[in-house]
Amino acid sequence: MKGNNKKTSFFILYDQLRWEEKSLIDAAKKKDIKLEVINCRENPIDLDKDEFTYCDDIILQRCVSYYNNLHSTAAFEGLGAKMINSLYTAIMCGNKLFTHMELAKSGIAIPKAFCAFSNQSAMDILNKNGYPKVIKPVVGSWGRMVALLKDKEAAEAVIEDREHMYPLYHVFYFEEFVKRPPRDIRCIVVGNKVVAAIYRYSGDNEWKTNMALGGKAEACKVTNEMEGLCLKVAKTLKGEILGVDLMESDENGLLVHEVNNTTEFKNTVRVTEIDIPSLIIDHMVTTNK
Amino acid sequence: MIKCTECDAEIKIPDDAMENEIVTCPDCGASYELIKSNNGFAIRPAQSVGEDWGE
Repeated sequence: MKGNNKKTSFFILYDQLRWEEKSLIDAAKKKDIKLEVINCRENPIDLDKDEFTYCDDIILQRCVSYYNNLHSTAAFEGLGAKMINSLYTAIMCGNKLFTHMELAKSGIAIPKAFCAFSNQSAMDILNKNGYPKVIKPVVGSWGRMVALLKDKEAAEAVIEDREHMYPLYHVFYFEEFVKRPPRDIRCIVVGNKVVAAIYRYSGDNEWKTNMALGGKAEACKVTNEMEGLCLKVAKTLKGEILGVDLMESDENGLLVHEVNNTTEFKNTVRVTEIDIPSLIIDHMVTTNK
Repeated sequence: MIKCTECDAEIKIPDDAMENEIVTCPDCGASYELIKSNNGFAIRPAQSVGEDWGE
């Protein structure tokens, strides 16, 4: 309840309505829960307002755009809304280097990585550590601009290209190329449970497993090991609803390679038939108790 | 009826369509965003490949 006795309301904050957002709206309707929508692009915010319309309301952040997502979370949370996920989670999950450092501090198994802040030092550290390595933009998704650097020549070409891009791409983040089956695992965390998981297989002639790149999905049984690992990730990053991506390393077992704070779940629902939207709505309601 | 601006195929608008909803052409896969118009909905290309677009 709000201080002024106005009942706490539930919202989705979005910039595009995809299958996920529509399914959440449907799930709320079926439960007779009033879930309203806020279009981030059409709602300017007075950052110094004393009485914020959404103060103490529970708002599920569903903006697709990284920048819209991060900054609207900061604005809404700063003005008193309860955001799912929080600004802390958005900051830490939205940047692969930040995620790496937080997970490493908690002793969570992750691929070995290193970073550099100039072309020369990037080449130096690559040549020192050897190939192949994977270069990832610190911010980004759907596998875009992620490249496999098989040798020095490939690395030089990619790094030179980055010189002409936005400064964020001059932060070089490299990961070891993990030997694994041609798939990874996407686990969906809702509250204190891993509610579903899928294997994501690489598409034809593609080493990346992103669904956006034509990868295929298959249901995956959630093991105790997966559950324990994902919940440790959620605790570390203070996440309530997360997509945790795991790799099955031939040498080191399960490794966490990415954490999504506004996870897509259409394919997970399709292949597991688990009603994730309903579970998310339940979590929002539970949060209010 | 709405036609895909890329391939001219018909795009079905769901009965429960909402403004800003993303619809996809069944033939060529192009994505569009629904916007309100006098006759219900019109489409505009969905922003999907922006520099920061995606989570």
